[in-house]
Amino acid sequence: MKAGLILRLVLIALLLALVLRPEWFAFAFAPFAPEGGPVIYQRASLLSLSLSHLGLVAAASLAATVLAGTLAILVTRPAGAAFRPLSRTITNLGQTFPPVAVLALAVPALGFGAGPTLVALFLYGLLPIFENAVTGLSTLPPSTVEAARGIGLNRWQRLVRVELPLAFPVILTGVRLSVVIALGTATIGSTVAAKTLGEVIIAGLLTNNTAYVLQGGLIVGLFAVLIYDALVSLEVRLARRLGLERKGR
Amino acid sequence: MIEIDQISKLYAGKAAVDSVSMTVETGTITGIVGTSGSGKTTLLRMINRLVEPSSGEVRINGEPTSSLAPHILRRRIGYAIQGHGLFPHYTVARNIAAVPRLLGWSKDKIAARVDELLDLFSMEPSQFRDRYPAELSGGQQQRVGVARALASRPDLLLMDEPFGALDPIIRSRAQDDLRRIQRTLGSTIMLVTHDMEEAIHLGDQVAVMDAGRLVQHAAPAEIIRAPATDFVAEMVGGVERPLRLLSLIPVADITEDGPTDGEAIDPQTSLRDALAMCLWAGREALPVARPDAPPGRVTLDAIRARAADHQ
Repeated sequence: MKAGLILRLVLIALLLALVLRPEWFAFAFAPFAPEGGPVIYQRASLLSLSLSHLGLVAAASLAATVLAGTLAILVTRPAGAAFRPLSRTITNLGQTFPPVAVLALAVPALGFGAGPTLVALFLYGLLPIFENAVTGLSTLPPSTVEAARGIGLNRWQRLVRVELPLAFPVILTGVRLSVVIALGTATIGSTVAAKTLGEVIIAGLLTNNTAYVLQGGLIVGLFAVLIYDALVSLEVRLARRLGLERKGR
Repeated sequence: MIEIDQISKLYAGKAAVDSVSMTVETGTITGIVGTSGSGKTTLLRMINRLVEPSSGEVRINGEPTSSLAPHILRRRIGYAIQGHGLFPHYTVARNIAAVPRLLGWSKDKIAARVDELLDLFSMEPSQFRDRYPAELSGGQQQRVGVARALASRPDLLLMDEPFGALDPIIRSRAQDDLRRIQRTLGSTIMLVTHDMEEAIHLGDQVAVMDAGRLVQHAAPAEIIRAPATDFVAEMVGGVERPLRLLSLIPVADITEDGPTDGEAIDPQTSLRDALAMCLWAGREALPVARPDAPPGRVTLDAIRARAADHQ
């Protein structure tokens, strides 16, 4: 537990240093830079790239969560059960389209910049959230659901007071998967001029500068690891509050 | 008073409950017994409209249940089920408070009611109020489930195999608790069970269901003495019938004057237990304590005569 905390703090410090004071790491990246070429990416501030990267991911994931969550709620109601296969097909379609293809198709409609990236991340993020939300909402303990009806909660009260809180840890797992996928996928948004950390990686690839690639990749990777970890601990805490892990104490 | 009037439920044209009528007096326990698929649970669930009847009507104190929206109706009817169905994300206090909160009771009134019920179920409020269901034993969870069903002082309490998930020792304690609490509160209870023993032990009335029909509705002694059909006779368990009958009668009923020695037994002891004690000790009679007289006695002959009394 204590070791885990120290490791987390070290990783956070490393990430902050990489974003705010990249020049400190010149010595480490120098061996990977081409002879006489630049070692540290300086065409844009890494902080603003990181914020814009995270912003894109957050906006796309939020939209995906709202849509996939709403769909999942609708198809787990008796009246919406008939639409479950259709919703599944739609969200699956979002996943089967490679994000690069979405970017290519969206650029003519939305122009260069953040728009196509948002669309790609949004579509790509739907499936895990939808599937988990459907699973969470349709595998609630039957006696609890029966009791909720039996003591006189109406549909809305059952959904808000019982079903969503109990399904929340499972839904959150879907959101976590989706966010982590989006963090990595967002980098390719820079091929259509979205401001993301992918810019650093792409600049490195174009100029044969491995130092850039490493720098960009390392920052994206650290973000992914830390955000994943934060969401896992949130899930564990929620599950514990729901009494799911209290047995045997 | 609960009146069930010609109520039926058809599934795909087949009757799960077939034109059942019965009346349940206020302040009594009715045990509804039957095998799996006899329609007993469907009958129970039609009373709070978890299942909508295909035809017929249920009236609670003269008011048809169809005159209210189902969720409003259910707030007036307690409901306790097998495996308790507690909300795992609510504390014990909040679980018990679920219906009073829906009814908009004040905070103080709810808190007082929660503590009152926990006391009634022998669970120290300060110790249990803030626990989560997963931190309780099976028997405690079941008690909280029943407490939740009783929280708003409902007109009627429906119980569907409430003790089904408990082991035999805890179950018999839970049954005694229910009986005691029902006497204290004067609740009207309808309880579904597949266990005739439980229905006879708890019920003021026993209703036997078979293939969707109500085949007999009578006091436990009547059910044992004069089963209406072969099915009922089989449910009461053929050779055990005399013993079941004796289990319903307290020794006080046939205590007579006469000399015996040894320690007097409680007058509420059942004749079945008295018989067992006689057989075990090889005695012909047992002394019985009497509240307003010197100890009397109950004899093996008297017990035997009582068991044969039904003819």
